[in-house]
Amino acid sequence: MPAFFTDHPLGIVLVILLQCLLILVPLLVALAFLLYADRKVWAAVQLRRGPNVVGPFGLLQSFADFLKYVVKEVVVPAGADKPVFFLAPLISFVVAAVAWAVIPFDDGWVLADINVAVLYVLAISSLGVYGIIMGGWASNSKYPFLGSLRSAAQMISYEVSLGLIIIGVIISSGSLNFGAIVRAQDTGLGLFGWYWLVHLPMVPLFFISALAETNRPPFDLPEAESELVAGYQVEYSSTPFLLFMVGEYMAIVLMCTLTALLFFGGWLSPVPGLPHGFFWLLLKILLLFFVFAMVKAITPRYRYDQLMRLGWKVFLPLSLAWVVIVAFLARFEVLGGAWARWTWGA
Amino acid sequence: MTEGLLRDYLPILIFLGLAVALGAILMLAAWVIAIRNPDPEKVSAYECGFNAFDDARMKFDVRFYLVSILFIIFDLEVAFLFPWAVAFGELSLAAFWSMMIFLAVLTIGFIYEWKKGALEWQ
Repeated sequence: MPAFFTDHPLGIVLVILLQCLLILVPLLVALAFLLYADRKVWAAVQLRRGPNVVGPFGLLQSFADFLKYVVKEVVVPAGADKPVFFLAPLISFVVAAVAWAVIPFDDGWVLADINVAVLYVLAISSLGVYGIIMGGWASNSKYPFLGSLRSAAQMISYEVSLGLIIIGVIISSGSLNFGAIVRAQDTGLGLFGWYWLVHLPMVPLFFISALAETNRPPFDLPEAESELVAGYQVEYSSTPFLLFMVGEYMAIVLMCTLTALLFFGGWLSPVPGLPHGFFWLLLKILLLFFVFAMVKAITPRYRYDQLMRLGWKVFLPLSLAWVVIVAFLARFEVLGGAWARWTWGA
Repeated sequence: MTEGLLRDYLPILIFLGLAVALGAILMLAAWVIAIRNPDPEKVSAYECGFNAFDDARMKFDVRFYLVSILFIIFDLEVAFLFPWAVAFGELSLAAFWSMMIFLAVLTIGFIYEWKKGALEWQ
């Protein structure tokens, strides 16, 4: 029997399919509760109760919402380009989902252990723009069109800084594989061996770029309720809207996970001596998601020209300068090669 | 070589297939389960309570093009930086400095754009 799963093509495919389900199903279930947590945090900041009717403490709210979406009518605008109109949410969802294929959850717990994982995630997440711009264009309505244009310009602006910040981490680790990047942070110093310390100026930059990249407040210009109603999603209803929503939250959790892997040591334990494991990664993702939710609750929305100025005139020069600085620090092994872990063996 | 490549990327392909299937099932579910009762008012384009004046695919600000052109330049630069950064530990001094010169040239271009006002948004 085991030979069937390692040698026979069908067996191999079955095993991989099972592994895919093992990632996708817990991810979607976790997303339901994260959505609930997001709303609860938001409500708590505004001194409201938040969802509290469905299930104990309202814990099943997201599942009730899911059922509601499925039984709602799919309204297709008369002027819409129908194939593109339905392709757009599908692309948003699929693109947000497949990026998870290369994320390691523990040492060796990764579906596709490819050597260009960081490049893959960057490429896939930049495809997310297509879903949004197709949705806005296909709706053939003014608000979605404006919202999608804004969203596309915003996402590509911040992608450049995200890429440059990641370059700094890659110079330090010498690998594009997330597993190798996390292992390079395992120096026996626990918490202080992780990259957040040596790349400290870039951690807030990465976090803020991640907020802008996922269209989260205070950068939710594409969805600015008071001006654009809901941006590119205006004409969507029922499950196509649900797919956009799920895709958006998947991208947010992915950004939290990337921050945890690149700067906060992934599955490594913060205290030397304690065992490493998936538990730590989960804890870090949840903490970062909490910060995402808090930022949404407490910051006012940016103006569009401020947003573009921040992206191009502040983040881009800063991250570019940091790449050069890290290159020099690593090349000449300043501070015992703290920026050049590849020389420490491995 | 190709065998190893296939084994590496096969899971991604299967994951992609699974995600597409799940998304398609969800969309079909609403199509099958939910009632559909369109009327002319319901399917008209949303425009704050009145009929749309003209086609929504209107002219828009040229700045959006400018941003995408700038994005291509800088994203290409990032693409050049990736292989350089991965091989950083084995680079010769010449390789190190040539990338620094490349970055310097790009920075000059960036300063030019800034001074020309390409990054202003008013």
